[in-house]
Amino acid sequence: MTGPLLKVEDLTVRFGGIMALNQVNFTVQAGSITALIGPNGAGKTTVFNCLTGFYRAQEGAIQLATDQGEVDLCRLLGQKIRGKDFGHPPDLLVKIYYGFFGGTHLVSRVGVARTFQNIRLFREMSVLENLLVAQHLQVNRNILAGVFQLPSFRRAEAEAVDRAYTWLKIVKLEAFANHLAGSLAYGNQRRLEIARAMCTGPSLICLDEPAAGLNPRETDELARLIRTLRQDFQTTVLVIEHDMSLVMGISDHVVVLNYGQVIAAAKPHEIQEDPQVLAAYLGTEAQA
Amino acid sequence: MKKKSFLQIIPLLLIAGLAALVMTGPLSGLILKGYDFEAQFKTPLILATFAIVARFMFAVLPMDRLRPKASELPPEPSRWKTWQQGLFLFLLLAAFASVPFLGSKYWVSVLIMALIYVLLGLGLNIVVGLAGLLDLGFVGFYAVGAYGYALGFKYLDFGFWGALPMAAMTAGLFGAILGFPVLRMHGDYLAIVTLGFGEIIRLVLNNWLDFTGGPNGLDAPPPTFFGWEFKQYASQGGVPFHEAWGIEYSKGLLDGFIYLVLLGAVAVTLYAVHRLRRMPIGRAWEALREDEIACRSLGLNHVNIKLSAFMMGASIGGVAGVFFAAYQGFVSPVSFSFFESALVLAIVVLGGMGSLTGVVLSALFLTIMPELLREFSDYRILVFGIAMVLIMIIKPRGLVQLRRPFFAIKGS
Repeated sequence: MTGPLLKVEDLTVRFGGIMALNQVNFTVQAGSITALIGPNGAGKTTVFNCLTGFYRAQEGAIQLATDQGEVDLCRLLGQKIRGKDFGHPPDLLVKIYYGFFGGTHLVSRVGVARTFQNIRLFREMSVLENLLVAQHLQVNRNILAGVFQLPSFRRAEAEAVDRAYTWLKIVKLEAFANHLAGSLAYGNQRRLEIARAMCTGPSLICLDEPAAGLNPRETDELARLIRTLRQDFQTTVLVIEHDMSLVMGISDHVVVLNYGQVIAAAKPHEIQEDPQVLAAYLGTEAQA
Repeated sequence: MKKKSFLQIIPLLLIAGLAALVMTGPLSGLILKGYDFEAQFKTPLILATFAIVARFMFAVLPMDRLRPKASELPPEPSRWKTWQQGLFLFLLLAAFASVPFLGSKYWVSVLIMALIYVLLGLGLNIVVGLAGLLDLGFVGFYAVGAYGYALGFKYLDFGFWGALPMAAMTAGLFGAILGFPVLRMHGDYLAIVTLGFGEIIRLVLNNWLDFTGGPNGLDAPPPTFFGWEFKQYASQGGVPFHEAWGIEYSKGLLDGFIYLVLLGAVAVTLYAVHRLRRMPIGRAWEALREDEIACRSLGLNHVNIKLSAFMMGASIGGVAGVFFAAYQGFVSPVSFSFFESALVLAIVVLGGMGSLTGVVLSALFLTIMPELLREFSDYRILVFGIAMVLIMIIKPRGLVQLRRPFFAIKGS
């Protein structure tokens, strides 16, 4: 697996008059662990929300390499129809189609999974059910097959439960399979959310501050888990994180955002010495 | 809450009594007499005493002990084996099925209404309990089902058995029509729109004189069984049921028949909804209730999930409507007021959102209780309200709490 999995090109997002992202460009290599860092309000989460289909970018493209060739994630959400589209009827039709049927769920279906900064589990459902919901597209959804428990339905369900248990073992939660997700300890909820995202079978998983609120031991475990995702499941990882020791320890590539612009993109040790990054984090000396 | 001493309570009691006097005094104490009015002190004083006593109870009783404690225990597998559960359900069903043969006609009619509310509760349970979409206009689908039967008979010559699937489909279609505009709404906003939807249906039925007969209502034909009619003398060319089976004619035959078919429909619906909760679609409904954003991030199409919940719930409501029309033999807009929606919602909330056992129990309770308390019929709504308040205080999640399906660990 080489070559870029994800290419973000000239991504621009404006909220009213505020430029949240201004011509953001970066790539994520397939099979890498890439970190996205920056001071508060730099636009990290905005980038994430664009990548995972929750925000619509005004300009730019996000190209994801899939088995069926490159897919523009922005297009899946349905873009605004502009005057020049009428010169290209095929483009116009595609835009109209996604305008009606497009949406966040399609982004997940082409292989982008995510977790959330503030954990979003299905709290009143059991841990295992959380993982089964994530496999919605891989099980038998035929209503009659389910009501009459046809063999095909039972087989698909059993496979889904097995897959869920596999993931519970990986995140060390198999003892809690039948507990309510909301009753788990905070660190366990974080790991469960990662397992749930992985159950969709993604090629790229985006983790939004996975170490927030974890103690040092749990953070170490998390680092091991993230490495497992890449090594054993060939999943590319994109992570937003404030814990610099975690970022420097696990990532192959670091992208630094500040005021909605990429100010550096390089290997971790190079980032540590980059004058622009230091300026963004620590401030510059006042000019006399 | 700190306990107050007796001296501290006295001013509170006086305030409560005074407030009751001020608020209820003019309403209950002044009685119009021609152009004049005369003051009566008895009623306001009784009310004020009542307020004082109630305030006293609040101050003295340990109210916080009434609140439930959160259970930290992990769920466990059912203690009963599958065959034991099956036997229990079979005996229960047999007991219900024996009512028309053993019980009186009165009890059959009470249970028919109770089972209709069970069906309605099961339908609304999908929308409110599982998918978490607050629907205050559920009576609209009930009306669509009932009128679907009556209108289908009048214009298209549909019988009872044809009307059942037709009404389910029509009500499902109406569910989708309601679902589309409210896709982006949650909570209060959704409640108001659905409330309006229920009223629109009732008002259309009331005012479209040429088509629906307006306030005069429509006749709904009694059902038949393989063409045998439940009448003493069959219509032209027909055979009455009692002649074909060689039994004595009685007026209870029709009700008994409707009851048994309805019981079958309730059993089938119960099983189907029980299965739905363990199927991808049911899990998706619950996931949508828990967190819509997380749902979308997992590739679930929230539009389809919401629409399917509305349609499935509406179809069950429509079927309940057909049974109602067939049982009454007559439909009119009066039967589909907002009160019905509120009652069905109360059934779902009291029973425990999402729980099937809870819905069945509370539907039976809320429809049979008024029959048992006939002597107190003036206070029916009062008792109803008190029961609601008590249950919300003691068991805010409903009588029967939802049990998660249990998954056994496979040999590891």
